Amino acid sequence: MRNFIIETDADGIALVTFDVPGRSMNTLSDAVIAELPDLIETLKNDGAIKGVVLCSGKASGFCAGADLGDLGRAAGTRIAPPPLSELFRRLEVLGKPVAVALEGLALGGGLELSLSCHYRVAADSPKVKLGLPEVTVGLLPGAGGTQRLPRLTGVAKALPLLLEGRPLDSAKALALGIVDEVVPAGETVAAAKRWVREKGDPVARWDRKDYRLPGGLPYSAGGMQAFIMANATVRKRTFGNYPAPENILKCVFEGVQVPIDAGLRIETNYFLNTFATPQAKGMVRSLFLSKQALDKGDRSAKVAPPAGVAVIGAGMMGAGIAYSQALKGINTILVDVSEAAAEKGKDYARKLVAADIAKGRTTQAQGDALLDRIKVTADYAALAGADLVVEAVFEDAALKHEITRRVQAAAGPGIIIGSNTSTLPITGLAQASERPENFVGIHFFSPVDKMHLVEIIRGAKTSDETVARATAYAMALGKTPIVVNDSRGFYTSRCFGTYIYEGLEMLMEGIPPALIDNAGRMTGMPRGPLELTDDVAVDLTVRIAGQTRAALGDAYQARPYEVVLEKLVDMGRTGRKAGAGFYDYPAGAAKRLWGGLADLVPAAPATLPDVAVLKQRLLHRQALEAARCVDEGVIADPRAADVGAIMGWGFAPWTGGPLSYIDGIGAVAFVAQCDRLAALHGDRFAPPPGLRAMAADGGGYYAALDAA
Amino acid sequence: MPEAYIFDAVRTPRGRGKPDGSLHSITPLSLSTQVLAALRDRNGLDTSWVDDVVLGCVSPVGDQGADIARTAVLMADYAESVSGIQVHRYCASGLDAVNIAAAKVMAGEARLAIGGGVESMSRIPINSDGGAWPIDPDSALKNYFVPQGISADLIATLDGFSRTDVDAYAVESQRRAARAWKEGRFARSIVPVRDQAGNIALAHDEHMRPDATIEGLAGLKPAFQVPGEAAFDAIAIQRYPQVEHVEHVHHAGNSSGIVDGASGVLIGTKEAGAALGLKPRARIRGGASIGSEPTIMLTAPATVSRKLLDRLGMTPGDIDLYELNEAFAAVVLRMMAALSIPHDKMNVNGGAIAMGHPLGATGAMILGAVLDELERTGKGTALITLCAGAGQGAATVIERV
Repeated sequence: MRNFIIETDADGIALVTFDVPGRSMNTLSDAVIAELPDLIETLKNDGAIKGVVLCSGKASGFCAGADLGDLGRAAGTRIAPPPLSELFRRLEVLGKPVAVALEGLALGGGLELSLSCHYRVAADSPKVKLGLPEVTVGLLPGAGGTQRLPRLTGVAKALPLLLEGRPLDSAKALALGIVDEVVPAGETVAAAKRWVREKGDPVARWDRKDYRLPGGLPYSAGGMQAFIMANATVRKRTFGNYPAPENILKCVFEGVQVPIDAGLRIETNYFLNTFATPQAKGMVRSLFLSKQALDKGDRSAKVAPPAGVAVIGAGMMGAGIAYSQALKGINTILVDVSEAAAEKGKDYARKLVAADIAKGRTTQAQGDALLDRIKVTADYAALAGADLVVEAVFEDAALKHEITRRVQAAAGPGIIIGSNTSTLPITGLAQASERPENFVGIHFFSPVDKMHLVEIIRGAKTSDETVARATAYAMALGKTPIVVNDSRGFYTSRCFGTYIYEGLEMLMEGIPPALIDNAGRMTGMPRGPLELTDDVAVDLTVRIAGQTRAALGDAYQARPYEVVLEKLVDMGRTGRKAGAGFYDYPAGAAKRLWGGLADLVPAAPATLPDVAVLKQRLLHRQALEAARCVDEGVIADPRAADVGAIMGWGFAPWTGGPLSYIDGIGAVAFVAQCDRLAALHGDRFAPPPGLRAMAADGGGYYAALDAA
Repeated sequence: MPEAYIFDAVRTPRGRGKPDGSLHSITPLSLSTQVLAALRDRNGLDTSWVDDVVLGCVSPVGDQGADIARTAVLMADYAESVSGIQVHRYCASGLDAVNIAAAKVMAGEARLAIGGGVESMSRIPINSDGGAWPIDPDSALKNYFVPQGISADLIATLDGFSRTDVDAYAVESQRRAARAWKEGRFARSIVPVRDQAGNIALAHDEHMRPDATIEGLAGLKPAFQVPGEAAFDAIAIQRYPQVEHVEHVHHAGNSSGIVDGASGVLIGTKEAGAALGLKPRARIRGGASIGSEPTIMLTAPATVSRKLLDRLGMTPGDIDLYELNEAFAAVVLRMMAALSIPHDKMNVNGGAIAMGHPLGATGAMILGAVLDELERTGKGTALITLCAGAGQGAATVIERV
C-alpha cells in the first residue's frame, strides 16, 4: 500500500494515515480505491488490531472526494466506476470499531468514507469543511452519502445538504449529528482513539434492531410534507434539466424505507443511471475539470502578475475592478475626471469592506489595508508607476481612443493597456495606440466582484507577451481567463446576443411574451430573453444594433424587432432601470409583463408552438453561434468556449456549455436539426461549414482532447 | 344485455368535517351501516338478492380500512352471502361505485347491487392514505404534481375567471342549497344519522352558509397563494408555459367543504325488481371514466361527459339536468363554458361548495339528488360527473322510467 500507513499502538488501535504521495490533498483516485480491499482485509484479519482510527497525512484535510480526473473519464457512459460503496460498507461491518479524525476538509467521497466509520471526531478549526458537493457537478453521492446522511440527521435536514452541496463547519456538523465530537485542532486522533478504547462500538446505529429514522419515514405525516415540498422545489429550480438532484431525492425516498444494504443498492443503481447521462459528462468536464485547467492558466506563458495596476474610469465597472485588484493585494490607482469622481468609485470598495467586516468575513485591519491599496487621483501622471493600465470608461470608441492617447502620453508608449469593453472590436480601439501590440481587450463581467470570468481579447496586432500578461493579471485576480480573438462582440457578448435576438424573433411571430420568457428559463438559462433585455437595457440593445449597423454598412441585416425596441425606447420604456420595459416594475411587487406590448407585436397564432420547440431554438441558436466562433477562429479551445459560456452569460450549465451541448446531441443530429430550423426560420440557423464537415467526419468538439 | 335500474338512493346528511361536527363521534362504519340498513328497511329488501356492495372511499385506512364495504354489510345484518368491495378513484369514487354496481347488473353478474360511498373526513383526514403519486419523487417529478387548489387556480387563470366570477358562483350555490332544503327537495333521500344511544345525531346538512355574500367572500384570503408562491405555481407554469403567473382565486368559501357522510344506491335488473316488488325510478343509460392532464387535474368532467354522450348517441342538449361536483367553482365554470351548459341546468339545488364533499360518498349522493329533482320537475335525463385526483373523471347518465 502506497497511500495508507498502518501503525498499531500498545492498545491494539491501528492508526491508518491516508496520505497520497506527491499530492497536497488526498483524493479517491483509482489507485487509492484499488488499495482499499487490502487495507480492509488487513484491518479485519490482523488479530493484534482491536480497533481503527482513520486520519490524514495532509495538513489540508482528510480527503477531497473522488478524483474527478479518474472518475470523469467514464462519465456519460454505462461503464461502472470502481465499487466504492461496497468497499465502504465492508469497512462499516468490519467487526471492529472504526473512528475517523477530521482535522480539515472531508468532501464528497471523503465525507462518505467518514460516514462509514462508527464515530467521527472533528477539529474545532476553520479548516474543517464537511459536505457532499457531488450535485454541483451533475453527480450524486454514490458511496453511501444519500443513505447514511439521512439516517443520521433525518430526511428534512439531509435533503438541503445533498441537493445544494454546501459544506458545513464543525459546529454545524455537530449540531446535525454528522460528527459525534468536536475537539481542539490537533487533538482529533487522541479523541478518536479514546472513543475506540473506552466505548468502541463496532455496529453502525442503522444496523441495530432498535434503529429509527430521525424525523420519521417518508410516509409519516412529516415525511410526506417534506417530500411534497422537496419534489416541487427541485423541479422549480431545475426545470427537469438536471438528473442528479432528482435522483438524489429518489435515493433518499426509496432508500430510507429499507435496510441499509438495500438502500445502498438503490443508491448505486441511481448513481449509475445519473453517471451515464450527458449532463454528468458535461458538468464534470466543464464545471470542474476544464475550469480547473483554465484556472491554472495551462495555456499561457509564465509571466509575473502585475504588482501595480491603474484603472481609468471609476464607474461601476472600474470601481468593481479596483476593489477586485485591491482584494488580491494589487496596488491600484483609480483614475477619473476628478478626484471626487474617483473617490466615489472607491466608495464601492468601502461598502463591500464594511459589509465583510460586519459579517466577520474580514478584520478591520485587513479591510483598512485593502482600502489603502486603492489610491484615487485625477492626475494621469500617477500612471507612471503602473505595470498595466485597465481602461474602463463608457462604451464609446472615440472616448476610448482619447484615453489611450492620454495614457500613453503619461505612462509612455510601452505601457500595456487593457480595454474593458463588452462589444467594441479591439483591433479598432488599438488604432489609437502607438504600440497596438501592447493593446489587449480585458472584458470583465458585471458585477466584477461576483463574476469570475475574464475574457481576454487578442486584437489583430496584440502580441503573445501582452496576452500572457493580461492572462496573468486575470489569474492574479482569482478569475478564470479565456483567450479569444477579436470579433464584433468577441465570443461571449456575440453568443449571448443571439439568445436575446431569438427571443425577439419569437415576439415578432406573435408568440406570447410569457411563453418566450418561460421557454428561456426552462432551457436552464437564468432568465428569459425579454426580461434580460430589460435588465441589460432596451436602449443599450438599440445602441449596439446601431453600432453594428454603422460598422457593417450594407451588409447589415435589419430585423423586424428593432422597430419594436425603438418604439419602447421612444416611450421611455428602456428597461428595468426605468421601471418600465417589456415588463412593468411596480414598487414592492413582482414585475409583470406590460399589457401594452400586445399593440406593438403581431397577434398570437391560433395554435401556440410547443415549448420544446422554443427551447430548442433558444439553445441551438446560441450553440450555433459558438460553433461559428470556432469556425471563424474567434475561439479555439472547446474548454474555454464551454466554461466561458456558462460563467460569462449563464449558458445552461446542465449542458456543460454550447460545444458540449452539440457533442451531447451528436454533431450529425445537431446539424440536421439546424438545417430544419433554417428551412423554417432562415439562415441564422444555417450550420457553418466547419461544423458540417465535423459532422460528416463523425467528429466532435472534444474528440481531440478526449483522445489525448 | 340486462338493463340496470335504480330502485332507491339514500344519503346521510353531511356533518362538518371537524371535531365539532355532528358526525365526528360517529364512525364511518356506522355511517355506511346506517345507509345499508335504510336501503333494506325502506324497500323491505330481501338482502340475499344483493350480490355485491360497492363503496367508494378515498382514505381507506384506520376506521375506513380493511374493506369497509364488507364490514358494513356484516354490521347491517345483510345476508352473509353479500360481498363487499371498496373502490378508490379519488373524488369520483362514489359515482364509480354506482357505475361498477350497474355494470355488474348489466353483465348479468348481479341481480341486485348497491353502489355508494363513505368518508369521515373529520376522523380520517384527507391524504391519510399517503400514496406514491404526490410523494414519491419518481412520480411527483415526472407528473408535475401540484395540489388540487393550484390546479383550480390554474383553470381560473387560463380561462380568465375572476375572483368575482368564482365568488358569485359560490354565493349562488349557497342560495340554491338553502332553497332546496327550505322546500324539502332533499327529503326523499335523506336518512338522519343516529348516535350510539339511538337518538338522531344529524338530520340536515350542517356545512351550509346561506347568508354568504360576494362582499363577505371577498374578504377571504386565497387559500393556495402561499404554497403556490413557495413552489407549486412554478410547476404549473412549467406545464403551462403560456402562463406568466397563476391567479389565486380559490378559498374555503368557493371550494368544496370538508364534511362527513355516506350514501348508497340500490341498482338491479327489472326482473329482480319485479320479484321483490321494487319500483324502478330510473334507468342507468351508461357510465364512463377518463384520464386527463394531471397537473391541471380537474378538467375531465367535460371530456368524460363528451365521451359518454358520444357513446350513447346523445348531445349535451339532450340532457335536462347536470350535476357536477363543486370541487372548486372554476371547475364548474369551465365545464359550463366547454359544453355550453346554461347555469339553470347545472347543479340546480346547489352543491359541495354549500353542502360539502365527503370524498368517497359524493358521487352517489349527487346522483340521488338529481334523481329527486328529475322526479320533482318531471324532467327526463340527467348527467352526473365529477373530476378526480391525478387527472381523472367519471360520468353517468340516468333516465327516468
